[in-house]
Amino acid sequence: MTLATAAPPWRRPGWLARQGWPAIAAMAVIALYIVVALTAPWLAPYDFAAIDLVARNAPPVGFGGTWAHPMGTDDLGRDVLSRTMISVRTSLAVALVASLVSLIIGVGLGLLSARRRGFADGAIRVAVDVNAALPFMILALSVLAFFGNNMVLFVCLLGLYGWERYTRLVRAVAMAEYQKGYVAALRRIGASERRIAFGHVLRNVLPVIIVNWTVSLPEVILLESSLSFLGLGIQPPNASLGNMVGLGRDSVVTAWWIATMPGITILILTFAVSVLGDWLRDYTDPSLSQG
Amino acid sequence: MIRVLLTNLARGLLAIVLTVTFVFVILRVAGDPLTMILPLEASQEQVAATRAEWGLDQPLYVQYASYVTKLLTGDFGRSNADGRPALSVVLEKTPATMVLMATGMTLALVLGIGTGMLAAFYRGSVIDRAIMGGAVLVHAMPGFLLCIFAVLLFAVQLGWLPSGGGSTPLHLIMPALVIGLSAAGVIARFVRSSALEVLGQNYIRVASIKPLPRWYLFAFHVMPNASLPLLTLVGFLLGGMIGGAAIVESVFAWPGIGRFLVTAVAKRDLATVQTIVILVSVTMVTANLVADLLYTVVDPRLRNRREA
Repeated sequence: MTLATAAPPWRRPGWLARQGWPAIAAMAVIALYIVVALTAPWLAPYDFAAIDLVARNAPPVGFGGTWAHPMGTDDLGRDVLSRTMISVRTSLAVALVASLVSLIIGVGLGLLSARRRGFADGAIRVAVDVNAALPFMILALSVLAFFGNNMVLFVCLLGLYGWERYTRLVRAVAMAEYQKGYVAALRRIGASERRIAFGHVLRNVLPVIIVNWTVSLPEVILLESSLSFLGLGIQPPNASLGNMVGLGRDSVVTAWWIATMPGITILILTFAVSVLGDWLRDYTDPSLSQG
Repeated sequence: MIRVLLTNLARGLLAIVLTVTFVFVILRVAGDPLTMILPLEASQEQVAATRAEWGLDQPLYVQYASYVTKLLTGDFGRSNADGRPALSVVLEKTPATMVLMATGMTLALVLGIGTGMLAAFYRGSVIDRAIMGGAVLVHAMPGFLLCIFAVLLFAVQLGWLPSGGGSTPLHLIMPALVIGLSAAGVIARFVRSSALEVLGQNYIRVASIKPLPRWYLFAFHVMPNASLPLLTLVGFLLGGMIGGAAIVESVFAWPGIGRFLVTAVAKRDLATVQTIVILVSVTMVTANLVADLLYTVVDPRLRNRREA
């Protein structure tokens, strides 16, 4: 239960216009990606796996191609636009689930360690140390190789990325929240520990969690696409942005668009999320707030 | 200060042990490496013989104990690929990666500190915003996309550089550029905010009273103080570079550890993967310790604070 009863700031007139164009543009771009991800199977002009050997390596519009294939076709004649749209769906879904896994692990441990020091503190320290000793990319590479191309495992592995950042942040903020008067008041009226933790403290930690989520989401997207690019993540015939770039790499000299189109699609997405994350961090930082 | 260093050393060693254990368990539990070593038509006796030869018939903890003992004597096992000792195979590939890292790191530092200071110098102007926008862009850029852009531009369009290989210094330029650029974005952001912090210090206010040009103040007073805290980022940056090397080396066919790891992973070459992982973690822990030590040496304020 939060105490604020006034209308949230984004309901006030002209709120959006005051946020500056980068944040607005980023929000628009992300909204577009979400729409594409949700509707890709129906929106895509072709089946993403449909092979058309007659139309192989057709260039995109503006480079000698036609509107039949706006982003051109690949070496099997598959429509690059359709594949990119389906890939946005796959990559976003994988990154979303993975980043939520890491959020749940991290936030849970953070809340736990704010209440009971000791175990969770130890776990955090060990994780931070191991992180400092082994780049996640190397860890992921070695684990993936030996488990093979299992989608569930791949997502779980990505879900291990960055949980300790949530834990550290949530621990710090939640510890401060537990010192506040409302927690003592809640205890006094007989609220359960669980209700205090999830109903009240968690709600006040939420801004920190959301900001960190926007910071780690692009990193998870990059990680997924990097591993898929190396052929160790999402496997064909499934299409992801990373494995499209990986498959297109071989013909980059003769048909640059096969790798470049999905590549730029990733770049725009991660850039937009980063910009949004930066804006959100400034927006929620009380030391920077003004009227 | 010595106590702090010893604690860090102990934590570093613990991290290495944990890494070794974790990787060992994961790799052994994951699947039967015999299916990769032996041909499909291998007989039962052959399978059993190979299993015994590799020690794979022993319980996990026995395998682990013998593995750690062997590690300590410098025996990292044999590479499945060609049967040579994994350590020497990996060490052969190390110099190429070290050259790449050193060049990339130098480039990243020059570029990152330069642009970061420039952004702080022209704070709030178009230049500042352009540099910071660029820094976010590079950070959001997938390494492999940068690689492909570089190939398209320098190898295909302009024809200045070879697109892959590692035989001449010319081959080094593109991979180092890609690795350096990714890190430069992080450095630029860090240096800019650190420079703005330094600008608020009293010693800068004193220095600015002197009749010196503003660039001189920035170059000789602000920059050194703003760049020093970069030492705390060394581990983070190095980690990113090593991870990035797997991709960059693969794309540019640079004969280093990163590319070797990716092929070893594809071939399920247990010994090689373990050797590389352990080598990386030892390097990282050492780098972090050295950075810590260096920081206390370079910044006396920190040394005094820790002793107090």
